[in-house]
Amino acid sequence: MRALTRGLLGVAGFLVVWELFGRSGLVPAEYLPPPTVVGVELVGLLGDEAFLRDVIATVLALLIAVGLSTGIAVPLGLVLGSVPAVRHATRAVVEFLRPIPSVALIPLAILLLGIGPEMKITLAVYAAVWPILFNTIYALDELDPLLVETARVFGTGRVRVLFSVALPSALPFVLTGVRLAATTCLVVLVSVELLAGGSRGLGQFIMDSHSGVGRMDLVLAGTVVAGVIGFLVNEGLERAQRRWVAWSSATGGRP
Amino acid sequence: MTAMLSVAELGHTYQAKDGAHTAIADLSFEVGAGELVCVVGPSGCGKSTLLRTISGLIRPTRGEVSLHGDAVRGVPEDLAVVFQDYSRSLFPWLTVQKNVEFPLKRTLGRAQRRARAAEVLELVGLGKAARKYPWQLSGGMQQRVAIARALAYRPALLLMDEPFASVDAQTRFELEDLLLKVKEEHDTTVLVVTHDIDESVYLGDRILVLSGSPASVVADLRVDLPAPREQIATRESEAFVALRGEVARLLNVGKGAEELRARRKADERSARKWAEAERAEVSRAEAEDRAATS
Amino acid sequence: MNRFAQRWLVFAGLVVAWELGTWFADDPFFPRPTVIADAARGLWLSGPVDQLYLSDAVFQHVLPSIGRLLGGWAIAAVIGVAIGVALGRSATAMQYAGPVLTFLRSVPPPALVPVFLLVFNVGTQMQLATIVFGVLWPILLNSVDGARSVDTTKYETSAVFRIPKAQWVLGVVLPAAAPKIFAGLRVSLSLSLVLMVVSELVGTDNGIGSQLLVAQREFDFPDMWAGIVLLGILGYALNTVLLAFERRALSWQPKRERTPATVED
Repeated sequence: MRALTRGLLGVAGFLVVWELFGRSGLVPAEYLPPPTVVGVELVGLLGDEAFLRDVIATVLALLIAVGLSTGIAVPLGLVLGSVPAVRHATRAVVEFLRPIPSVALIPLAILLLGIGPEMKITLAVYAAVWPILFNTIYALDELDPLLVETARVFGTGRVRVLFSVALPSALPFVLTGVRLAATTCLVVLVSVELLAGGSRGLGQFIMDSHSGVGRMDLVLAGTVVAGVIGFLVNEGLERAQRRWVAWSSATGGRP
Repeated sequence: MTAMLSVAELGHTYQAKDGAHTAIADLSFEVGAGELVCVVGPSGCGKSTLLRTISGLIRPTRGEVSLHGDAVRGVPEDLAVVFQDYSRSLFPWLTVQKNVEFPLKRTLGRAQRRARAAEVLELVGLGKAARKYPWQLSGGMQQRVAIARALAYRPALLLMDEPFASVDAQTRFELEDLLLKVKEEHDTTVLVVTHDIDESVYLGDRILVLSGSPASVVADLRVDLPAPREQIATRESEAFVALRGEVARLLNVGKGAEELRARRKADERSARKWAEAERAEVSRAEAEDRAATS
Repeated sequence: MNRFAQRWLVFAGLVVAWELGTWFADDPFFPRPTVIADAARGLWLSGPVDQLYLSDAVFQHVLPSIGRLLGGWAIAAVIGVAIGVALGRSATAMQYAGPVLTFLRSVPPPALVPVFLLVFNVGTQMQLATIVFGVLWPILLNSVDGARSVDTTKYETSAVFRIPKAQWVLGVVLPAAAPKIFAGLRVSLSLSLVLMVVSELVGTDNGIGSQLLVAQREFDFPDMWAGIVLLGILGYALNTVLLAFERRALSWQPKRERTPATVED
């Protein structure tokens, strides 16, 4: 209870500082509008159909991207995690591909795929595959050999061991990977919308508000909404993790 | 014999959410210079609280502690503590040698620190392990490092909080003899808190028997066992067995299984409560400490 | 060594397959690796001998990019570790700051690019601001976690030996928090690379990102691919250097307790 009060006080303090800073004249007021102005704008936006459509476009792209990357990375991770030879062989390739920042692919992706939603989803998937992949591989590394042996002693076949032992015990780690992937996806989606334009979305809204009409209050309102989405996604997945895999001490995976 | 440590009408009450817990009711005793005193009592009877008030980590709610005549307010200058949990008390990122030197940085130059550390490590039989990291040593050896670190500090009073409770029986015997040896050589004043009756009889010049919650002194026994104690002969001697029986009776150990079990349960409950209250207290002290210095 | 050889053999094999595949497909979007390598040489390794064969583009674009990336990352590291360790040692302060930090961390950093553009104009300051704001949170929150992990026994040990404040912070809290801090530094280093590219794509006249944009406008696919490969190599190299440094700094740790490459904030 006390922690909650303090947290709220902290938020209030943050808003007050922002308000004072915005009104102090250190930065022109139209550059950094105070929260009272942004708040009013935000309330107005929540009733604005075009804005809501932007938000939905981004959230939908986020869901698709997270779903796709999970669908790609988990099976791949299971293969790489359980067949050491494949993993060692592909390691150089993986280590070369992973550090390529997805935003560096924007120019190429625009030319290849146009500026539609499939382009931003593709880039988001590219970025989001890695955390899930690595966490899945890591989970299999951490798999208690005793569990596997116990299952094999009872005559369980290889495939069944994979599905009844390996997958359940990998779940907490996979969920951690998905949570990280979701955050990454959001960053990439907003970046692509911001930089490439074209397809509707929150990033596009922010860029339009900036370059078209120079309305920083709208920019900040959009930013706040983006932050709220990020918070909800992270918090939601964390809750799911706590609830579904409460049996695991490894909830949160290995950070 | 002059009193090195004197504890007068000491009492401590923790304020917890669901009321107050009195950990120590009314304690008075003295420890003379060069004495080794064992404080023995049932688990959860407030032994740890006593140790923390003596070391100045917590301020008692009543009474006073003084070390060679000076009232203890905050941690006194020349006091060292060996904690039970050696793996947490040692710094894993420092070698054995550097762990021993760590508290000396404030007062000694580099060369002196090094010499002092080498000397005490030799004394506890770890001369060859100076460059190793704590995790490369066994539990007993790690506790030796903690003892060496405390000795290098040259404290007027050495406090030990269940120092040998986390090592195996064999190692415990070795460490007990090590403690007796260094106490003899350095003429250190030592206060050992323990729940092990045998250990208290074997180590102590005197034994303070504490009652369970809240703690008060039930008996103050002088141990008259011949000077070089020896793990097998001493423990077999009649005097040892008699004293051990007396302490056990004072602690109500033989009171029948039923009663004992009930008592232990209550003890555990209160121990848990206190542990919580104590944690809160420590973090409060920590916060105050920070507030004071920042 | 055998595995090492095997790994690079597979890598080489894939490059050869890529070469052959693109040679057969003959698709302008996917130039052959040899063509990309040629483009890269033309772009960055065609300089005079006294510049070690490095072309002017390296000095105009590549080095400034790396400078901004490392600069922003270093600034964020200093701020993040200092604030994070302070917050981590005070439960009360963290209760006040926690929700604000959680929210700020959730904001996708590129969303603030327009704000920084307006406040700082196009240029190094705006790019640094983007990087610093974006990578600060993983470092800060990991430092909080690390500083929190100092156990009570270590605190009491230090208190009993009357360890001075500075020695307590530098000698106990920082080393105890170091594994977590390094985890944060690793995440934020790869994030720095992303934000460096984002801030350069917004519109600057120099940097690897802006070179990519130029190549896109001119439909110069080999140059574009060369830029992408360069960024990949850069990311790989930076991560390798940091890992080596981390291994040295944390050599006291028993076995390799290192957290895996994907680390959460």
